[in-house]
Amino acid sequence: MELRICHLYPDLLNLYGDRGNLMALVHRAQWRGIDVRVDEARLGASPASGAHDLYFMGGGEDRQQHLAAADLRERKREALLDAAGRGAVVLAVCGGYQLLGHYYRSAEGEELIGLGLLDVTTEHPGPQTRRLIGNMVVRSAWLGGRTLVGFENHGGRTRLGPNARPLGTVVTGFGNNGEDRTEGAVSRNVYGTYLHGPLLPKNPALTDYLLTLALRSRHGPVALASLDDSLELAAHSAALVRATSRV
Amino acid sequence: MPSTLRLAPAVILGKATAVASRALRLGGGTTMPGRVARAIAPDIMQRLAVRLPQGCVVVTGTNGKTTTSRLIHHILRLAGVSSVHNRAGANLAAGIVTALVQHTDWRGRPHGKIGIFEVDEATLPAVWDPLQPRAVVLTNLFRDQLDRYGEIDLVAGRWRAVLDGRPPGDTAVVFNADDPLVSEVGGRFAGTTVPFGINDVSCGTGTLEHAADSRYCYRCGVPYEYTVVYFGHMGDYRCPQCGTRRPAPLVAAEGVQLAGIQGSAFTVRTPAGAAQVRTVLPGVYNIHNVLAAAACCLQLRVPLETVAHGVETFAPAFGRAERVRVDGREAVLLLTKNPAGFNEVLRTVVRATGPAAGVVLIAINDLTADGRDISWLWDVDFEMLAGHVRSLVVSGIRADDMALRLKHAGMSGSVMTIDGDLGHAWDAALHAARNGEPVYVLPTYTAMLQLRKILQQRGLVKGFWEE
Repeated sequence: MELRICHLYPDLLNLYGDRGNLMALVHRAQWRGIDVRVDEARLGASPASGAHDLYFMGGGEDRQQHLAAADLRERKREALLDAAGRGAVVLAVCGGYQLLGHYYRSAEGEELIGLGLLDVTTEHPGPQTRRLIGNMVVRSAWLGGRTLVGFENHGGRTRLGPNARPLGTVVTGFGNNGEDRTEGAVSRNVYGTYLHGPLLPKNPALTDYLLTLALRSRHGPVALASLDDSLELAAHSAALVRATSRV
Repeated sequence: MPSTLRLAPAVILGKATAVASRALRLGGGTTMPGRVARAIAPDIMQRLAVRLPQGCVVVTGTNGKTTTSRLIHHILRLAGVSSVHNRAGANLAAGIVTALVQHTDWRGRPHGKIGIFEVDEATLPAVWDPLQPRAVVLTNLFRDQLDRYGEIDLVAGRWRAVLDGRPPGDTAVVFNADDPLVSEVGGRFAGTTVPFGINDVSCGTGTLEHAADSRYCYRCGVPYEYTVVYFGHMGDYRCPQCGTRRPAPLVAAEGVQLAGIQGSAFTVRTPAGAAQVRTVLPGVYNIHNVLAAAACCLQLRVPLETVAHGVETFAPAFGRAERVRVDGREAVLLLTKNPAGFNEVLRTVVRATGPAAGVVLIAINDLTADGRDISWLWDVDFEMLAGHVRSLVVSGIRADDMALRLKHAGMSGSVMTIDGDLGHAWDAALHAARNGEPVYVLPTYTAMLQLRKILQQRGLVKGFWEE
């Protein structure tokens, strides 16, 4: 069995340890004897439609996000629309999440048009408003009410439209906009979130859930063997404690 | 009370605060005196700085501030110039005022001839006008504590704002030519500029590592082409579209010979001639620190021989390749703050241990001074440690995150010991070391302070404000 991953803009959208997400996906598949191929799609490249089971996109600074936005529409749109249609997994974090929505309006009022794979819009209220920064804990109905832990750092405020469900409810932290206690967005197998830290290594239940979905899109239903997750769970617990302590 | 009358009380109360904070064991008192003095006389920084007969020098950037400013201090001392220096590394405005207050008598007369201030990269705009520096040294810009400083483009933007349109005056901007972003910013200055850099392809690592930040041309957005990469995004670069390239360094290192943890030897080529130097500071990143200090001191008209002598006789700053001896064993403290710095430290450890795998202690905290976001650990190339470590002790507030990162870097559980208690972790690491074999200790900033406190209680090192 082979898992095919497409890493979008590995050298451009790679803030906040985003490659840790790739490591978690690749290693947790390999530790179960699943072959993994990772293709990188940089600026200018157009991945072939249907070639991948999971697409990952990280976050970047404003300038990098600007460079990625136009390229995403011109070179990657087709492959990603196809992926969303056939149930392949698309996971995007922070800046990448914003670009999967309808648009991102920057602090200076400039509008970056997104792919519209998620029914969300993001607006930065302006340079004087506070960034939403800190440890975050989210409770996710997608994982049977389990917690997700990580760190958020974003200026944009994201609002969900009627066709997007939140990834979870904020327990501690700000989430999408610091107001409605939603965090992230899900539409079929397309996932967007502000959780980095990075997201996947210390949230192994989510990682395995995404792996299962991705493999299913090509190979039909699969059952993943269990792994020794003692270090993962210790890091998860430590992050829970950190998010709720005052120091 | 008019502010002119407030200077003496501000100085006296500031000094009293320092004495009190030590007596009450509140710590080194490296910022509180400055806060108190500024509350009484808000313009005190400018009023004390202007009394320094030879003006002052400012060192800023992500990495290398403390080592570079200490080198400058050391070289100037050999040149017979005494200085006022925030040497404990408190580099926000309050820390600078603290240093000024402590080195001023109650009538407001400074004890030193020149000020040497390491300045937080985001604080540079706020101190330029009050300090009117003779030289501003820009070391480098790396991703660092994104939760605190924001993105490096923001920091670069602040520097641009302070340099753009500033009349030449008598300030010289000394900047790192090997860093494309710093070069772009430094090159904008209308006055004297002194680029420094390494001219030696043998220092290259071949490819841009994962943590490299500024890989796209600031003007065109296309990737730079590198003929050599030293580390991070440092190297000899050129934009294939607009032709922007690394400026030729005026102060350059050539013929570099790296000697692992023992330091390096190289030739410093300058407009005033060339000198062969040897430094105990390890790693390629410290060559940049030496060049920055040398370029700055030459700009202050220190003779090249004195500069070279200063480099040779310099002992490292606390936690920066500092060696601690315990019962015939040796620990080398290597401060780690961000991916680029951590990678250089790891490369230095790997070069030093070679095929004989060594003992490493990593301590990761996530307090404000460390950066509360520890995701940067995933941008560090810990993979290079595989096969070079016999025993790895993991500690600090985020020990579990660190252990998980190391698991993904291929480190097996049999090599790793996890102990959140730093004192216990230190004992475990020393216990694992064989006689004569050094332990490499890689702490974040507050973990290093914590460890030094433990070692101080055990009588192994001095307090950092006593140095």
